[in-house]
Amino acid sequence: MSTTIVRLPDQATAQMPKRSYLNNEHGLLSWLLTGDHKRIAILYLISISFFFLLGGIFAGLIRLELLTPQPDLMASDTYNKMFTMHGVVMIFLFLVPSVPATLGNFLIPIMIGAKDLAFPKINLLSWYLYMVGGVLTLAALVLGGVDTGWTFTTPLSTHYLNTNVVTAATAIFIAGFASIFTGLNFIVTIHRMRAPGMTWFRMPLFVWANYAASILMVLGTPVLAITLVLVALERTIGIGVFDPTKGGDPLLFQHLFWFYSHPAVYIMILPGMGVISEVISTFSRKRVFGYTAVAFSSVAIALFGFFVWAHHMFIMGVSNYSALVFSLLTMLVAVPSAIKVFNWSFTLQKGSITFETPMLYAFAFIGLFTIGGMTGVFLGSLGMDIHLTETYFIVAHFHFVMVGGMLMAFLAGIHFWWPKMTGRMYPESFSKLSAVTSFIGFNLTFMPQFVLGYLGMPRRYHAYPAEYQVLNVLSTAGATVLGIGFLLPLLYLGWSLKYGKIAGNNPWQATGLEWQIQSPPLTENFTEIPVIDYEAYDYEWLAHKTEQEVTVG
Amino acid sequence: MDNALAANHTHEAGETHEHVFVPQHRHHFETEQQQREAGTFGMWLFLLTEIMFFGGMFFAYLLYRNWYNPAFVAASNQLSIPLGAFNTAVLIGSGFFMALAVWAAEVRKKSLLVLFLAITTLLGFTFLGVKYVEYHEKWEKHHIPGEHFDVSEFVNPKAFGLKETPLAPDMAAKTQVFFSLYFAMTGMHALHMIIGIVLLFWLMYRSQRGDFSSGYVAPIENFGLYWHFVDIVWIFLFPLLYLINRHP
Amino acid sequence: MHISPVLWQFLVKWLNSSALFPREASTIAPYTDALYFFLLLITVVGLVLVGALVFGFALRYRAERHPVAEQIEGSTLLEATWTIIPLALFLVTFVWGALLYFRIYTPPANAMNIYVVGKQWMWKAEHPGGQHEINALHVPVGRPVQLTMISQDVFHSFSIPDFRVKREVIPGRYSTVWFQATEPGTYHIFCTQYCGTQHSGMIGEVTAMTPEDYKKWTEQSTSGMSLAQNGERLFASMGCNSCHSGNAASRGPNLAGVYGSKLQLANGSQVLVNDAYLRDAILNPSQHVTAGYSPIMPTYQGQISEDGLIDLVEYIKSLDSNYRVQQTLTTSDSSNQAAPNTPGMVKP
Repeated sequence: MSTTIVRLPDQATAQMPKRSYLNNEHGLLSWLLTGDHKRIAILYLISISFFFLLGGIFAGLIRLELLTPQPDLMASDTYNKMFTMHGVVMIFLFLVPSVPATLGNFLIPIMIGAKDLAFPKINLLSWYLYMVGGVLTLAALVLGGVDTGWTFTTPLSTHYLNTNVVTAATAIFIAGFASIFTGLNFIVTIHRMRAPGMTWFRMPLFVWANYAASILMVLGTPVLAITLVLVALERTIGIGVFDPTKGGDPLLFQHLFWFYSHPAVYIMILPGMGVISEVISTFSRKRVFGYTAVAFSSVAIALFGFFVWAHHMFIMGVSNYSALVFSLLTMLVAVPSAIKVFNWSFTLQKGSITFETPMLYAFAFIGLFTIGGMTGVFLGSLGMDIHLTETYFIVAHFHFVMVGGMLMAFLAGIHFWWPKMTGRMYPESFSKLSAVTSFIGFNLTFMPQFVLGYLGMPRRYHAYPAEYQVLNVLSTAGATVLGIGFLLPLLYLGWSLKYGKIAGNNPWQATGLEWQIQSPPLTENFTEIPVIDYEAYDYEWLAHKTEQEVTVG
Repeated sequence: MDNALAANHTHEAGETHEHVFVPQHRHHFETEQQQREAGTFGMWLFLLTEIMFFGGMFFAYLLYRNWYNPAFVAASNQLSIPLGAFNTAVLIGSGFFMALAVWAAEVRKKSLLVLFLAITTLLGFTFLGVKYVEYHEKWEKHHIPGEHFDVSEFVNPKAFGLKETPLAPDMAAKTQVFFSLYFAMTGMHALHMIIGIVLLFWLMYRSQRGDFSSGYVAPIENFGLYWHFVDIVWIFLFPLLYLINRHP
Repeated sequence: MHISPVLWQFLVKWLNSSALFPREASTIAPYTDALYFFLLLITVVGLVLVGALVFGFALRYRAERHPVAEQIEGSTLLEATWTIIPLALFLVTFVWGALLYFRIYTPPANAMNIYVVGKQWMWKAEHPGGQHEINALHVPVGRPVQLTMISQDVFHSFSIPDFRVKREVIPGRYSTVWFQATEPGTYHIFCTQYCGTQHSGMIGEVTAMTPEDYKKWTEQSTSGMSLAQNGERLFASMGCNSCHSGNAASRGPNLAGVYGSKLQLANGSQVLVNDAYLRDAILNPSQHVTAGYSPIMPTYQGQISEDGLIDLVEYIKSLDSNYRVQQTLTTSDSSNQAAPNTPGMVKP
């Protein structure tokens, strides 16, 4: 049997389905009260795009201020509020919910052959909690801002600032529950709602990655919640859990905060890794190299991720023994990430590779994530961390992982599943342009920051010594390019909603269950629950199926 | 909580399932069994997040109790064992009636179910009432952390007619850490009780309406899990906060 | 780590002249940089490898050239390779990093000590000889210098990039860092932990000087009173000497020679008396009662500033015999409100 893998289908014949989740019901209320995981995903997509734009504006203003060594664009207080809001908005309102709450929400039930998430109403509640958190963040901003930094370090946040710390903490507390409920929903759905034949090792790697991230959300977020409660109580009524003058220990705050906030970066990056697995497999028409290793590495990252938090505190005087243990564990958590990178690379081997936009973003991800991950090893290495921590090296490392990794993965995913979500294709040439622009802009923005970091420029500095200016100008210039790269998708994706080519069911000839149903899908996803009798990424099965459809047709 | 819309949810005519149709069954679940399992599993996961939530405070407690043991002993001895023990009994009692409520729902006895839920609620209120009395006493003694916190009772217990050993002033100041944790932990616990009582009223209303009289017991069962969890937290809080180094 | 000195000099000079690399001005710096270059090397090699794989495969197996994909499950051998090799490299990094960490954070025994107090938004340096500096620090080259640091308010972090040292400065406890400057010159001091509005203004300069210049500087800029002398006054004015008089019958333990000794405490534990212990014993005495004494010492929490505590610690450190203590006793006996210029460190 010749296993000619069918190339992209002729889209001229594709038609928009008459009935889909988009037009099943009409009116604003049908969206605001929906229980449909796909509609909630769209709600989330719109809201996180808004907050991404907001956080991006803050980032732009920060870079603009740093164009010159002197403080000239804004006052120090304003600058401090800028980077605080940038951090809070980007982390808690964009990165944490980005892939899970949009793509995950949309796809996980479909990928495992379920009609919806286990708890649709909790899913909707999660979006409302997110919105309340978002509105409170905006309120904190409008009422005068908050300037603690997104890390809320005590005793600075509890005793030395008179900004809206409590409002911002409440916002994060509430948004945290949105994330807990999303994670809870995913775990229950993945455990209990898989279609017949969908065994654990037939699940797409995207589902595995989100499953691992969900474990982190469910177990980590509550610790952040209680920490913020204690901070708020300390600020309002003056309890003394973190206050050194009352006998409390401010380092306890650091431990509790990073117990969530380190796993949080895995909450952010793991779903992105899931996206990359899907995209690379699809565009090389090949099963992911070492499926099991990639699946288990996600879970390994999630588990190890809980035991490395104190590497944020190496210079704060943790005991030598704990420094050693946490450094060693940090080294171990780097290994599964390395495994993933090599597995993705070898997925390409002997594939049949095409270079659509999602694939370009995935390539960008692999390169940037390799740098981001390796610089993480710099920081996990005890002696090296002393010089690098709290400088721009940290800033650059974090942005390489979060923007270069996560955001590129998010954009890869949005482009990849855009035809499925909307039924229409995005314009290929524009999107390639934006992928290349953001890659160049990104490197120009953050590469100089590694150098600045090693030179010793501290993070969160409003003014800096003049000798650092050249690199800062480079970085700001890069940010401009990056900004354009990120704005473009907003425009052409909006355009494509109306004018994009009609996609058809399976424009990429991908194997996932979501591609075997109509685009955009029906409200109930499947007319009948599928029975899965093939492995994930089985392109021969797909070719066979397509062949039969052609003969029958 | 999965089936509030169950009543107005209509199955499509063509859809057939192998199981017997029950009104609470939501169509995205294949079987009612699956729905029930998912609900219970979700509840257990939620309780896991709750454990982590309280875990943060227990961790802080562990640290400071080791550092400031004399202060913790002295401050703990200020709490009333009779009131604490009474409250423990009240909560265990309410847990018992909650279990009975689940049983009543399972055997489809509507009036018994409502009665047991009502008793559970009543005991919940009793607990909160006693807690109020305890808090109020702390308020009067200036043992609420913050500006008005007063350590004189620990530095000079004789002046207050107490037989405790006096604490050195620096250690006495650390009683504030104990009371910080006491209020944070019992306060969070009380908040969970209040949320539970609100849910109890909702469940009583629905039981009265007859929602749980036809074999559909998932909400009662899951709420039971929550209520027992809140009980168990108290079972840990009581010895940790009230019973440090007591000598009769 | 031994690196060819010629190559090293060349590399560092080239990087310095292009302003892409910080100066190497302490004995630690070459060690830190060596690890840095090792890490850079494995990063670049890793990146090139991944890049070569991705681009190589992408070109070799692009759809035009390779229209039919061959399905491959995976390969245990390959996967084991890229598990074990990174793991080995990371473990090397771990051990190397740990060794460096202990080198940076373990001061040599002969280090001279300078106190640093951080507060919003300035660094105060206090030399044992009584030189006080703000946002500046003068040190001799060729001699190990240990900084004993504490914050008066929030977290700060003391960083000298050209020395490759940094340490968090925390309220309520001493933290230390040490360095040995090699090149005379001035170098940046940064506060790297965000500490409020003027965070970026909390900067200063460390001036490394030849031993001769340093000697001159110490003589010119002394306030006339060493820290220990200030401490002695404080000791008398706070009435410490009434109990810690050094007499066999006194209510407080004898402080002469206590610094650096192993002390048996009333609660059964044994501690090494260092700066941190002394500070803690003044503020939280009941947790640090010497065996054989009763817990009668009041707390001085909130009554002495961090500077005052440093003076007291420095005074107690300097006590070899009880001669000085006896002296303070006689002065305070003879004229009860002895010194009209009671140190201003004592808060009302």
